[in-house]
Amino acid sequence: MITTATTDTPTTTTAAAPPAPVAAAAAGSAAPDLPPGLALQKVDERIMTLNVGPQHPGSGHMRIIVQIDGDHIVACDPDPGYVHRGEEKMAEYRNYITNIPHLERPVIHDSCNILYPYVLGVEELLGIETPERAKYVRVIASELNRCIYTMYWLAIYGIFLGHSTMFMWPAGDRELLIDLMEKMTGARVTHAHFVPGGVRNDLPPNFEDVCLRQVNYFEKRIKEYADIFYDNPILISRTRETGVLSRQDAIRLGTTGSVLRASGVDYDVRKKEPYDVYDELDVNTNVMTAGDSYARSRVPWLDMMESCNIIRSALEKMPKSGSVRVKLKPNPKGGNDTVYKRVESGRGALGCYIVSDGKPEPYRVKMSVGSFRNLIALPYLLKGEKLGNMPAVYWSLNYWPVEADR
Amino acid sequence: MSVIAPDFRLSGFIRSIFDNAFWALLLANLVGIPAIMMVLFYIEMPVIDGELLTPFLAFTWLADPSRTLPIVHAFMATDLFRVMAFPGFGFAALIAAATIFVERKLLAKLQLRVGPFYCGKIEGILQLMGDGLKLISKEIIIPAKADKPIFWVAPVIFVATAAAFVALIPVAPGWVVADVDLGLLAVFAVIGFFPIITILSAWSANSKFPFIGGIRALFQMVSFEIPLILSLLGVVILTGTLNLSEIAASQSAFPWIIFLPIGAIVFFTTMLAELERIPFDLPEAESEIVAGWLTEFSGMMYGLVQLGTYLKLYAFAALFVVLFLGGWHGPMVVPPFPEEILTEGIVMGPVTAKIPGLPLFTQEMLNGTLWFVLKTVGVIFFILLPRGVFPRIRIDMLLNLGWSKLIGLAFVNIFIALGLLYAGVLGPGGMLPQ
Repeated sequence: MITTATTDTPTTTTAAAPPAPVAAAAAGSAAPDLPPGLALQKVDERIMTLNVGPQHPGSGHMRIIVQIDGDHIVACDPDPGYVHRGEEKMAEYRNYITNIPHLERPVIHDSCNILYPYVLGVEELLGIETPERAKYVRVIASELNRCIYTMYWLAIYGIFLGHSTMFMWPAGDRELLIDLMEKMTGARVTHAHFVPGGVRNDLPPNFEDVCLRQVNYFEKRIKEYADIFYDNPILISRTRETGVLSRQDAIRLGTTGSVLRASGVDYDVRKKEPYDVYDELDVNTNVMTAGDSYARSRVPWLDMMESCNIIRSALEKMPKSGSVRVKLKPNPKGGNDTVYKRVESGRGALGCYIVSDGKPEPYRVKMSVGSFRNLIALPYLLKGEKLGNMPAVYWSLNYWPVEADR
Repeated sequence: MSVIAPDFRLSGFIRSIFDNAFWALLLANLVGIPAIMMVLFYIEMPVIDGELLTPFLAFTWLADPSRTLPIVHAFMATDLFRVMAFPGFGFAALIAAATIFVERKLLAKLQLRVGPFYCGKIEGILQLMGDGLKLISKEIIIPAKADKPIFWVAPVIFVATAAAFVALIPVAPGWVVADVDLGLLAVFAVIGFFPIITILSAWSANSKFPFIGGIRALFQMVSFEIPLILSLLGVVILTGTLNLSEIAASQSAFPWIIFLPIGAIVFFTTMLAELERIPFDLPEAESEIVAGWLTEFSGMMYGLVQLGTYLKLYAFAALFVVLFLGGWHGPMVVPPFPEEILTEGIVMGPVTAKIPGLPLFTQEMLNGTLWFVLKTVGVIFFILLPRGVFPRIRIDMLLNLGWSKLIGLAFVNIFIALGLLYAGVLGPGGMLPQ
């Protein structure tokens, strides 16, 4: 126990409200380099340590150790790892094709996107040229999946703020796209649809019309969310100016995806490093400069509308016929090579690093997921906030605990 | 040959019928008869045909409607009936149960889903009963470090306090459990008791989340009690009385909401906060502090708190009706009791039965109750509605709202009331009738 008088940890200065003076003195740690929560601290009776999670309605499958002084959070230590499944290690014992069904497990709502970089990487390792039509099918599937994931995320954001209607509406409207994915792939979630060399199946007959109709209706429906959620004065007063992440901090902390775009950085892998046919499609990014919880919750919603546009233009430009899958020889082997591929998932840039040593199994598969990179910002954002802002800030980071643990 | 019940035996079937009849008779004798006798002993018996009814005589007459109705009349005049059944607990609990069902269905319709559907065949009408059975059958877990006597007794006191609140509400002319002259003051006293129970239960649980929730509830209730009381002073100024029955009776021509809309708005807002309903459900904000001060309650202790909460909801809605919406006043829609039944009796084929003691309730009382219930249900609807529309607000915004905005509005309301009084529009000797 370090009992010497300490000073406050020099943190990234966010624009959040400063904590109470007593809290500032008590929260200081002797080792400023350590993240808050890990350093030994002087015990102060004013400080209460709350274990938010893993069995907590506002945590997800993770724990946030929160220290509060009255209503102010003086320190916050996110503690992920409760749903670690060793996906990367499992990938070393399975060949390139049998890795597909389990690598998508971390985000079953966004399973096409989480498989996308792996599949692209394996294609490059094995030297496969994907048919044009398959690339369009992949884009449509991944955009649909992004919407499905974002709707789920939005539903939870609604219930975290005590807005039960905003839980039920996205959870219900999500069904539209899930039905679409079921038509396309045969599974509601965990599609396992992307394979090296294309997609598993061709589109069912008449899919284009159904998809266009449902996507149009979906877009009309999510625009209604503005009335009940995004323009709601109570929501705006709760999320504006809370958990402000400045542009510099967003870059420095390595955040990605909607968190980065909400802080004013125009970065989207689909636009900056286009993969498959994204360079042929018109991709617009939604950037907000406020960097607060409201911006972070609004950018994914705008992204969903952009996804609808992408799906429409992809349906238009897609070749109407042709092969969607290259036939591979069984148990394909890669050379002595490494490959790194990156795509934009629902939570930001999602990279996959594959090392091959000439065997049918990959030597190493490393996934760099957006969730974990966004979580790093949480201690900096929550410091000095009120306890009531914790769910609003935490879930606005577009964090998916299972993906972060892998 | 299809056999529906291969193990069926007529002798066993008959024996089971005899068994059931035996147990039914035994239970009726052991429980039912003593219960009826206890009630009959409690009632002050009327004189019928010149002879004073004794409980034993009354018991023999229970099957004869012409003899039963005077007994029922006598029973309805007792305090027991008022407390347990009509203006008191039973009536309020019925409305509270209906409120829970309506809330779930209403919220479901708002959120494009179905809501309770299967239990009870008709739109899930028995769902509440199922939930209650589940709560009763669950184990009650007390935290190891809890202050057990206080923790045990807190839900009971909560329900008792809510029932005391219900007892002060006049439902129809003359139909009120406790017709106290300082009724509104008694209401304030009861409302002031809720934060004490909340903090007692929260503190005695000796757990972090209930503690935070209890402190939040304390903040919220204390800071909203002041605008609550101030917003009702306008009505008191205009009527010159604190008796709730007299306040309700004074609105025969027009309800006070016409003259005091600001007071009504302030009262409605504070009411939402006192009831811990969305958008003011901070003490139970589940994404921040699990279930707030209810976190450690399990089984029927939680059920009791929920019962108390909905009784409180009914009582607040009824108080709004009594103070601002004219209580039981409304156009006479209940038809008068048919006179020929009194004079000629009920003709049932060859038999004509003349039943003394009819009608059980007067036309005014039925009409007043009908309007009162209709208005209360309307107010409850508006209490339930924000739950589907608003997110939860934050504690600092809540305190800001309570201390700076609502208190100011309540004072504006008082000035309006005083102006109306001194201008001679309302009040004693005013231009408008009361």
